[in-house]
Amino acid sequence: MIFKILFSFISVTLIGGALGIGLAVAARILAVKKDERVGTVEDILPGVNCGACGYPGCSGYAEGIVNDGADITLCSPGGSEVLAKIAEIMGIEADSEGEKMVAQVHCRGNRDTSTYKFNYSGMDDCNAMQSMYQGDKECRYGCLAGGSCIKVCPVDAITRDSKNRIWVDKDLCISCEKCIVVCPTGVIQMIPYSADVIVACNSLDKGGKVKKYCSVGCIGCKICEKKSVDSGFVVENFLATINYDQKGDRSGAMNGCPTKCIISSETAELRIEEKQKIDE
Amino acid sequence: MSYIGIIITFVFINNFILTQFLGLCPFIGVSKNVESAVGMGFAVTFVMALASISTWVIYNYILIPLDIEFLQTITFILVIAALVQFVELVIQKISPALYKALGIFLPLITTNCAVLGIALINVRNDFNAIESFIAGIAAGFGFLLAILLMSTIRVKLDSEWVPKPFRGIPIAFITGGLMALAFMAFDNALLNNLLG
Repeated sequence: MIFKILFSFISVTLIGGALGIGLAVAARILAVKKDERVGTVEDILPGVNCGACGYPGCSGYAEGIVNDGADITLCSPGGSEVLAKIAEIMGIEADSEGEKMVAQVHCRGNRDTSTYKFNYSGMDDCNAMQSMYQGDKECRYGCLAGGSCIKVCPVDAITRDSKNRIWVDKDLCISCEKCIVVCPTGVIQMIPYSADVIVACNSLDKGGKVKKYCSVGCIGCKICEKKSVDSGFVVENFLATINYDQKGDRSGAMNGCPTKCIISSETAELRIEEKQKIDE
Repeated sequence: MSYIGIIITFVFINNFILTQFLGLCPFIGVSKNVESAVGMGFAVTFVMALASISTWVIYNYILIPLDIEFLQTITFILVIAALVQFVELVIQKISPALYKALGIFLPLITTNCAVLGIALINVRNDFNAIESFIAGIAAGFGFLLAILLMSTIRVKLDSEWVPKPFRGIPIAFITGGLMALAFMAFDNALLNNLLG
């Protein structure tokens, strides 16, 4: 009996030891020279592993850049700074034309301004709300204010103000687009960091219908197109959108909008500041 | 059991995933697209064949002479893990292209219960060296068959409307369950009818 235990002990130790030594030797002999730039690039990348580039985490993207010649402009959180550094290491001309894009919620309808179909009491999750009769709001395009984006944001750039509206802080936003993926209504859209005004509505319903259920929705009246010519306003499907490539003056449209759904992006900053003050 | 009998047994009747429920982790995890599912399938086949042979050698020339067969599980785990690591190193050195295709899956297979399962089943059935090897390959192809079927179904499911709570993994599990039901049609009676 005691021999059996001894045999077992010795043989497992020997097998394990032999395999271990064998692997160590094999690893030494078969070592493949790794490109040391992978490590340097990985150090430069922000390291938030947000996955905006489409690679599994920052290390995956670093490998992709060095080994497969992946596009170096894919890291949106890093922005132009990181891009320039990577370009230097890889010896590629940096093409940093693309402006930083930030997310923003294109809706400001709440209990005061919009009508609701029913009183929702369930999980605080927009997708859960959406799956129940497309949300409690009469408007199925608007912000459900369930806070899914707040939870998913890796940098806490999204806040809810005292009037139950959601705002994105553009200085904190790292453009990872996670909130856009999680949002069931598509009310969060990417806008350039420098965008001066936004159309705070996402409804594609006809003007008359919008008027009935929301006092701050876009009714597709095209006044913005007329008030601010050459500033990128386009009204399609009863919703105004802004082409931010055109750099005209947009204040006319903002002031002329009958439902005041074209708002200055400063409004978002003010709301976020106000919320912070309340919190303090 | 004849070689053909072994092949039919391990590919259809005792399909590792759908009948024995071994190796479910890659079955769900790597079946999102056909390409990687096939890669995983071949990697598993490869490792299973190697593992069958090497564990047969270990069992018959080390464990039996020393009369310590009860250590089979732990020694098999040791051998398989080391073997897979070694194979990974070799592939990385010899063929970067193959490493790219199989390499990322190999560490996943290291401790996969399907691989340990084939080693233990070989021992239980008293297979000789060639039978073990064939059983390993056949079980690998059974795995390949199941994961390939699963991945093609999942690709199709991606473009279908699925109720929101069932999207992704839940519908994959339901699909897997239905496939397992279908595979219950293959049983030993089929083998007896085919081979007399």
